[in-house]
Amino acid sequence: MKEQRIPVSAAPDGNRVSASRARARLLQMHYEAGVGHIGGNLSALDAMLHLHQQVMGEDDTFVLSKGHSAGALYIALWAIGEITEEELKTFHRDDTRLAGHPVAHWHPRIAFATGSLGHGLGLAAGVALGKRLRDEGGDVYCLLSDGECEEGSTWEAVIFARHQGLTNLVILIDANGLQGFGDTGEVASLEPLASKFSGFGLNVVEIDGHSPGALDDALTQRGEGPLVVILRTTKGRGVSFMEGRMEWHYLALNAAQYTAALAELGEP
Amino acid sequence: MRNAFCAALVELHAERRFAFLTGDLGFMALEPLQRAMGDHFINAGVAEQNMVSVAAGMASGGLQSWAYSIAPFAYARPFEQIRNDVCLHDFDVKLVGNGGGYSYGVMGATHHALEDYGLMCGLQNMRVLVPAFADDVASITRQMADDPHPAYLRLGRCEKPLGMALPDYAPWRRLLSGSRGVLVVVGPGAGGVLALAATLSDEDRPDIWVATELPFTIASLPPHLLDRIRETGSLFVLEEHSAHGGAGQMLAHVLLQAGAAPSRFEHFHAHGYRSESYGSQAFHRIENGLDAASVLAAVAGRVLA
Repeated sequence: MKEQRIPVSAAPDGNRVSASRARARLLQMHYEAGVGHIGGNLSALDAMLHLHQQVMGEDDTFVLSKGHSAGALYIALWAIGEITEEELKTFHRDDTRLAGHPVAHWHPRIAFATGSLGHGLGLAAGVALGKRLRDEGGDVYCLLSDGECEEGSTWEAVIFARHQGLTNLVILIDANGLQGFGDTGEVASLEPLASKFSGFGLNVVEIDGHSPGALDDALTQRGEGPLVVILRTTKGRGVSFMEGRMEWHYLALNAAQYTAALAELGEP
Repeated sequence: MRNAFCAALVELHAERRFAFLTGDLGFMALEPLQRAMGDHFINAGVAEQNMVSVAAGMASGGLQSWAYSIAPFAYARPFEQIRNDVCLHDFDVKLVGNGGGYSYGVMGATHHALEDYGLMCGLQNMRVLVPAFADDVASITRQMADDPHPAYLRLGRCEKPLGMALPDYAPWRRLLSGSRGVLVVVGPGAGGVLALAATLSDEDRPDIWVATELPFTIASLPPHLLDRIRETGSLFVLEEHSAHGGAGQMLAHVLLQAGAAPSRFEHFHAHGYRSESYGSQAFHRIENGLDAASVLAAVAGRVLA
């Protein structure tokens, strides 16, 4: 194992990083590395950025179950000064720790190596139950994709989390409506998604997944067990030619697209 | 062995904190542990993938977690959770599979575990423990609890011969001496082999060794075992596990690396269900040539009287 390295530099000016600045940095990172998975990163970025910058504290744990949005996690951690600019430049290259899906053992805020879908919620439930058994404070925030709700293990974890009454667990679903090879409605429809979770006895709130204010409001609506926040999002959010288009689950940007995307974001 | 395991964990619980998860199994066996542990004993329901992920999640916060089920439901169903959630992170999670090999007998093939420790030994950071006798379980359980890394415990049914004294627990033990080569046994089948071999003359029986901790490394092999293999030139391995990934292959591998390969090597291992008929553990052992009489006859090179 490599020596653990905790970056100390803060975000560019020590203030909060704006959503458009975060988007631009995420696109730059993917463009320079020549890799895709951009669409699902852009759909999840607003919630992840807000959680890391304004919601979570030292005692809280974030679990990225949709590991293919690792880029957004790295950007959120960069925004709060937990990953350096220098480290971001290693993304997806040889000898990096910023792999295409999160890897274990190097950063205290990257709790788990994920990427195989359907693992994160069980892990998060374990963290939440462990906190309760050890009388520790703090909440656990677990972000899933909507396609990931097709995994049976996700529902095993839902049943468990509800039965254990894990009030310190918040389940966020990045419901962008598109998965790897089709529209979620065409591949394996789970809509209405909210009733699936409420049918298991969970408290469910459905919001605009790009609105920090709506997320703040949703997080106040805790019930007896875990809270589910369905984030209605747009895949490729913020870049018009990516929005709602399935191919941006996988594709990488070319130079012209990158320039056009930055111009749309109003970022240099 | 289940009762010994339960008693060992009850004792450990009195000294240290850990969590125990069961996949809704352990009726008529784990109740004392359930009573002792209170809210740290968790019936995770019939959901083994989640059980292992939860164990990993709890261990990530420093709480050692044990996850128990019938063996195939402990290692096969949640294999990816063991690989990704436990082993990639080197978390302090202990998997316990009850019913190694053909232990569950006529309950059917879905309940057998013929490839468990081969799979587990292929995972990074994972150690495997296969007690041969119920007397081993307390030492092994304590050793697992003391080592903050993943481990898999394969339990079976104790077949210790009545009235026979055994050496204290060690990863390698010689149970009986003989001159027809060295027989290494993994698992409770050692009991029946020992009982029958004790009735044979020294010339007709092999040295009988039992190995408990996997995977093997050359450094972990006792020098006396290597001496005996060298002196007799013959090595036999008996296990209720498939050939691939089994203890026989592991041992052959380290002996070849050490330049200590015997001139004769015979591996008695599980072949599955060749007759497509099902029965007790004893039935499957006989069908696979894993029963004490078949093994010792093969070693002696003649039918035993």
